[in-house]
Amino acid sequence: MKDVIAIKTENLGRTYKKEKGVIEALKNINIEVNKGEIFGLLGPNGAGKTTLIKILTTLLLPTSGKAYVLGHDVEKETLSIREKINMVSGGEWAGYGILTVKENLWMFSQFYGIPSKKAKRDIDKYLEIFGLKEDANTKISKLSTGMRQKMNIIRGILSSPEVLFLDEPTLGLDVQIARTVRSFIKVWMKEKENRTILLTTHYLNEADELCNRIAIIDNGEIHALDTPQGLKKLLKNKILYSIELERESYLKLKELPYTTKFTVNPMKDGKIEIKFQIQDEGKIVEIFNYLKDNGFTLTSFRKREPTLEDVFIEIVGKELKEDEERVSY
Amino acid sequence: MKKEYLIRNIRAVFGRAYPRVIAANREYSWVIADIVLPLLSVVAYGTLYKFLGASKDFLGFAVLGGAMSAFWLNVLWDMASQLYWERMSGNLQLYISSPISLISILFGMSIGGMFTTSLRAAATLIVGTLIFKLDFSLINLTQLILVFFLTLSSLYGLGMTLASLYLIWGREAWHLSEFFQEPVYLVSGMYFPIKFLGRVGFFSSLIPLTIGLDGLRQVLFKQGATFGFLSVNIEILILISLTIVYMILAVFYLKKMEYLARKEGKLTIRWE
Repeated sequence: MKDVIAIKTENLGRTYKKEKGVIEALKNINIEVNKGEIFGLLGPNGAGKTTLIKILTTLLLPTSGKAYVLGHDVEKETLSIREKINMVSGGEWAGYGILTVKENLWMFSQFYGIPSKKAKRDIDKYLEIFGLKEDANTKISKLSTGMRQKMNIIRGILSSPEVLFLDEPTLGLDVQIARTVRSFIKVWMKEKENRTILLTTHYLNEADELCNRIAIIDNGEIHALDTPQGLKKLLKNKILYSIELERESYLKLKELPYTTKFTVNPMKDGKIEIKFQIQDEGKIVEIFNYLKDNGFTLTSFRKREPTLEDVFIEIVGKELKEDEERVSY
Repeated sequence: MKKEYLIRNIRAVFGRAYPRVIAANREYSWVIADIVLPLLSVVAYGTLYKFLGASKDFLGFAVLGGAMSAFWLNVLWDMASQLYWERMSGNLQLYISSPISLISILFGMSIGGMFTTSLRAAATLIVGTLIFKLDFSLINLTQLILVFFLTLSSLYGLGMTLASLYLIWGREAWHLSEFFQEPVYLVSGMYFPIKFLGRVGFFSSLIPLTIGLDGLRQVLFKQGATFGFLSVNIEILILISLTIVYMILAVFYLKKMEYLARKEGKLTIRWE
């Protein structure tokens, strides 16, 4: 395997036996992640993202196909892989509530054989970076979700992994903390050449901001794989519009003629944003007249550039659930 | 085995022992749970023995049983159940994905548990001795040391084995621990010499506490040998055998548990 490749899968598959039958969590996954890349797996809950991460981190065996991390087989060469990777999951509650932040981090560092002095020095450095220095001696049972997730990120990078797996790292975090985490990820990648991150997320903007390449995954299958720009180019011939309505007005709206790929996003200010595609640019006047004639109060009406959300809807045929998306990014 | 891997595992042992050695003493609720409560049983048995006019050594048997019960509780609740709790909190998958052997994690738990529980057991023993004004007669120091440490090593070996078995069996950990807790008090002669249970003693000898407690009574009290189940030297041999068997079983079941975790994907997923 070429040494520029950090992760490679060949027809990778995984099934689970359940009472109701066999569930195919992954079907013939073929990906190659280059060293030095942030590679995103974008998909809704249950798409197979976490299953793929568990296989690559040696926590789960594939039921078909092969997977390699830094050239090592995930089935047979577990120790060689575990020495070079680490993982952080969103909503993780690992550690011991009776230990302080610093003690927990030190304990996990010992599982990677980091000499105690170096571990403590690095912990202090990262606590400072993440603004947790004042909470270093706080028991982790007293931490908020956001602080805890910052600690988890530090735990993941303390061993200086060559490949870091981030499974929904900003899940449930408020906007500010999620932004801190994303900024840090970018800085950490620049610190050292050949660091690789495999990131799963169902936050579209997060994938767009962080990832060099993105694989769109749903129902255990990869539906598209390209750079964010490349994915958006798939929609270059599509005509995309967005309108904003007052909430009361939106509730009366039964249909919008001539439109397809119709999605609705509640806005922070209580208004409703509706995004749609049209096949014929000329129809936009008719849509505008339809809304006007039916008494709808438009607060905004604009043509727009495609986003990853449009790409996702185009490829998968459905949108990521609204309740999974932060209203304000 | 590579030197680097060995050092990493030694660090892991100390890392995992740390929460038990240092942090477990931060919350003083242990004084009630681990000293006051066992003492209540000890006092109940002691008072009964006194009322029946039994020799003073029987009071000592009860106090020693109360002290050693701390180890059994620690093995059940903080060893056997521990991987189950670790799975629930998400720690187990971090342990499995770390570049160490899971045995190091269990060793760390054991060392930490032995250290902390020894402090609690010593406190029970001291308070019980003061209450009942016990007379100890040290018969053989070497045997005492051997019996004590072999009891702990085999007992924690059993705990390490049960830790994986609890996960493989897939039952709720607290139900299993509750199931094992009280019957073992009876069949291992926690508050009376096991000799009185006759042949049951042979079966309960599979629990290291039975043999260990009997051996300790024989080397610490004048009448210990009179009520002894087997000779102390034979008991030492049994404890050595149990240590070896349980350690082998612990490694075997730990590997099996990890294999099942990777094959079925259940053991590292919370709430499944």
